[in-house]
Amino acid sequence: MPDTQALVNDFLNKLKKRKIEGSQATAKQTAELLRSVISQTRMPYTNQASALIHSVKAVGERLIAANPVELAVGNVVRRVLHIIREEDLSLTTAAMAGLNLSAESDDEDDTDRDNHPALSAAAIAAASRSTLRPPSLQTLLEDVPDSAAVPHTSSSGGDSEGKSKSADKSSRSRKLKHDVIEAVNELIQDISTCRELIAEQAVEHIHQNEVILTLGSSRTVLEFLCAAKEKKRSFRVFVAEGAPRYQGHLLAKELVTRGLQTTLITDSAVFAMISRVNMVIVGAHAVMANGGVIAPVGLNMVALAAQKHAVPFVVLAGSHKLCPLYPHHPEVLLNELRSPSELLDFGEFSDCLDFGSGIGAPLLHVVNPTFDYVPPKLVSLFITDTGGHNPSYMYRLIADYYSADDLVLERRTASGN
Amino acid sequence: MGAQKKGATARVSEDPEELARHPLQAILLADSFTTKFRPITLERPKVLLPLVNIPMINYTLAWLESAGVEEVFVFCCAHSKQVIDYLESSEWSSQPNFSVTTIESHNSISAGDALRLIYERNVIHGDFVLISGDTVSNMSLTQALQEHKDRRKKDANAIMTMVVKQSKPSPITQQSRLGTDELFMAINPVTKQLLYYEDKAEYSKGFISLDKTLIADNPSVILHNDKQDCYIDICSQEVLSLFTDNFDYQHLRRHFVKGLLVDDIMGYKIFTHEIHSSYAARIDNFRSYDTISKDIIQRWTYPFVPDVLCGSSAIKVERQGTYRASERCTIGSNVTIEGSYIWNNVTIEDGCQLRNAIVCDGVILKSGAVLQPGVILSFKVVVGQQFVVPAYSKVSLLQQPTQQDSDEELEYADSTSGTGELRSDKLNGDIAPDLSETASELGTGGVGYIWTVFEGAYDEEWRHSVAPIPTDKLVKLMLDKDEDEELLTQDGNVISASRELKTDSDGNGSEDDDNEDSRDDYVSFEKEVEATFLRAVHENVKVDLAVLEVNALRLSYNMASVDCGGAIFYSMMKLAVESPHNSASELHRNAADIVTTWQKLLKSFLHDIDEEIEVILKFEEMCLESAKEFAALFPQILHLLYDKEILQEDAILRWADEKEGADESDKVFLKRSEKFIQWLREAEEEEDDEDE
Repeated sequence: MPDTQALVNDFLNKLKKRKIEGSQATAKQTAELLRSVISQTRMPYTNQASALIHSVKAVGERLIAANPVELAVGNVVRRVLHIIREEDLSLTTAAMAGLNLSAESDDEDDTDRDNHPALSAAAIAAASRSTLRPPSLQTLLEDVPDSAAVPHTSSSGGDSEGKSKSADKSSRSRKLKHDVIEAVNELIQDISTCRELIAEQAVEHIHQNEVILTLGSSRTVLEFLCAAKEKKRSFRVFVAEGAPRYQGHLLAKELVTRGLQTTLITDSAVFAMISRVNMVIVGAHAVMANGGVIAPVGLNMVALAAQKHAVPFVVLAGSHKLCPLYPHHPEVLLNELRSPSELLDFGEFSDCLDFGSGIGAPLLHVVNPTFDYVPPKLVSLFITDTGGHNPSYMYRLIADYYSADDLVLERRTASGN
Repeated sequence: MGAQKKGATARVSEDPEELARHPLQAILLADSFTTKFRPITLERPKVLLPLVNIPMINYTLAWLESAGVEEVFVFCCAHSKQVIDYLESSEWSSQPNFSVTTIESHNSISAGDALRLIYERNVIHGDFVLISGDTVSNMSLTQALQEHKDRRKKDANAIMTMVVKQSKPSPITQQSRLGTDELFMAINPVTKQLLYYEDKAEYSKGFISLDKTLIADNPSVILHNDKQDCYIDICSQEVLSLFTDNFDYQHLRRHFVKGLLVDDIMGYKIFTHEIHSSYAARIDNFRSYDTISKDIIQRWTYPFVPDVLCGSSAIKVERQGTYRASERCTIGSNVTIEGSYIWNNVTIEDGCQLRNAIVCDGVILKSGAVLQPGVILSFKVVVGQQFVVPAYSKVSLLQQPTQQDSDEELEYADSTSGTGELRSDKLNGDIAPDLSETASELGTGGVGYIWTVFEGAYDEEWRHSVAPIPTDKLVKLMLDKDEDEELLTQDGNVISASRELKTDSDGNGSEDDDNEDSRDDYVSFEKEVEATFLRAVHENVKVDLAVLEVNALRLSYNMASVDCGGAIFYSMMKLAVESPHNSASELHRNAADIVTTWQKLLKSFLHDIDEEIEVILKFEEMCLESAKEFAALFPQILHLLYDKEILQEDAILRWADEKEGADESDKVFLKRSEKFIQWLREAEEEEDDEDE
């Protein structure tokens, strides 16, 4: 336990100091940390799930508080909680069904779950699950039987049915923990592969001789564009520079080295150029439950321009960016105000920030918000690692990943630890 | 060393940078060794004073931690117990990869002593960061460190890298922003070597002097007055041993840096590293406390801003950059608070008014109390009802110390004179409020002593206080600067361009200003000429030399020779008036003597008739204004000048002709000298006749 404590403190520190950049890295590290927390948690004989939930919540709460702006932390914490609940549920239902399955199918299913059709036990577990909660979005959309849907929902956290065969009371305690850790591993896997999964879909969206516009820099966008390029699609990219951090410059450089036709424009030129653009593709900081996007500053303007010219506005987001909260939620700190020095040089303007003369208060204020909010009606399509989604379906997608009990973390575990 | 290396290899995995070979160390001086924050610092060390709700030292430690420093030695002196207790109870004692060690001392009175003590402990093993506990920064050390190391490799004498920051070269920004004096630095632009450092330049002198070898040794030197010293230094071990070798080094800048630059000890060199986009500043006095607080609220120090540092949701940044925090303060109704700092547990009753004040923990302001700008209320002071605390006063429960206590913060340079002055004040009974009557001092029910400000320091008060600089002071400051600049521009013969700029920036840019300017110039020129002349008279300088000197003055002030003639004549006549005389005839004789002795000087500036007329006009003016005694002698002196061939008759006649058309009042002297002119005219006619 002291080991985890040190790890937690270290991670907390990094989060606080804003040392981890990017939600993917944050999400991955959060998941890894929670995994070690789970593995270190002592399991009581009864009520194991709630013990796990308690310890994860205690850590999660601190992580979220350390950097409330990085919503990916909260997302991962909630997903891990959801995994614990799901695993517990599966175990319970399996026990209720009185099934006792052989160990060898367990192993087999663990190794290549994605390729094999689900076993009958899994089907039973899934069926029992679906009686307890509404069917998943995927199931509804594709109208396939539950059993076949299991591979698709592998990332939905509720994919561990296969492992939940043992209802043996004596081995249950280890079983639950083991299952949870397995599922968390899978989550980590999902997070690290989400970019590839998103990029795989690129050819379906980018067509020959199209013009794509993006703003700022996002790794996901970069890989998405490069994937299309590798598939021999020839297209052009307009990159808006993304003031004040000008990460668009870096993106443009990167795109050029990969051999893409690139045009760099200023942010303010977006409206002027939008009529030539076939599609806007951008990354996101977080996707809210209503389908709204928290994105780098400037994107709202781009989205409005795209709407005016009926250009599709596509947002790429890994599933760890899906946040179960609504943007009006008080827990969501929508913005982070960064240092004004990104906008202007302190030395040059130090006379404007002179508090000694005049009224004592500076006449010049420099505000540098990091994020923008793009309302769902301006977004045409979300591309996540599970495929393309309409903004209005986001809440259903999110319901697959999170359980409603975990939406408000802080208040319930205020006395935790 | 072996242990060192082991530690380093363990960390390599986290920090692949080269600088991880030695764990990077830092010395944090948790004491500023000054008294600028008194009376607050009598009860609590400066580094623990809240800066936007967080003790100052936290900003420094957080920055060091994020900059990759792994081992910090906190040097505590004043209130060392409090600092140590705080650090032990804070999160800093339990950080992985970041150790905070305290070093306690009770008899160190300066940074020099502190560094000597640290050297004795032998805890520093490589390059280290030297910083004081009141510095706020968010700069990245990596580059500065790398530069420092690279330089060290090439030149083992490069022992220190000083971090400087560009600031607007406005002449008053330094003072009005941070309350510090203007700083001059000479830096070699190529090597970034610091060649000259002066933070106490005297304005009265209006110039600074550089050693000429500086210019001889360096192909180019840039003299900066727009750099701000961040008081963050990257030092090599040698710095510590230097302090030990030179036991009289006390102040880091005043003694160490200047000593190194001036004395050229062992050829050691100091370099600078300029930061551009990041922030760094040191809280030196109340004004910089105010300024840096506001900078933090404006998030210049991001990510070291309260909502990030605290981590908890206690402080959140809201709209317009307002921070809201629960402070357990009680504030009554109809209270006006402007630009003030109110710490914890403060009770402010109804109808109080606070302007630009610092109110420490536990203060109670009874109803109707008024704090004028710049007031400092130390811990637990009670201000009585309706009492008005005068501007810039400092109030504390403790009496103003009259003795130096050795474990207190002391300004070694000024302390002796300061307290001496204070004591004499006491003896003379000059102190306005009587210290024995505590109750009445702060109104009814008030508790605390108002500290007296001794004479010399009063001037500093407005400069260092939290209140904005009063406009009259600001204007004065500006004027001082302007004058300085003017002198500079004139000396350098760079005239019209800057002049024009200045009047433009004045906003009205009218003709008036320009005339005024040249008028002022002329007056000062005249004074200079007079001084030169007097010196020539008293020291028996040869006429040729005097001519040369006046000519030099003329050039430097960009005056015409007309002005010179006038000025010299003016000085001569003034001398005549000032030299002792009893009657008009004696005065005449005086004047005659002087004119006779110095006629050559005067003559050498009177090349043509216009200039001679100018002299007459000048004389006329004098008779009317400064030397009325000459009024009666006007024709005689005129005659004298004619006799000595200083004035030609043409000049006098022309003057007379010009005056003919003037007002009656202007003709007073013309009438008086009518006879003389008449005589002149007749003489001329005779000559003409003879010619024919």
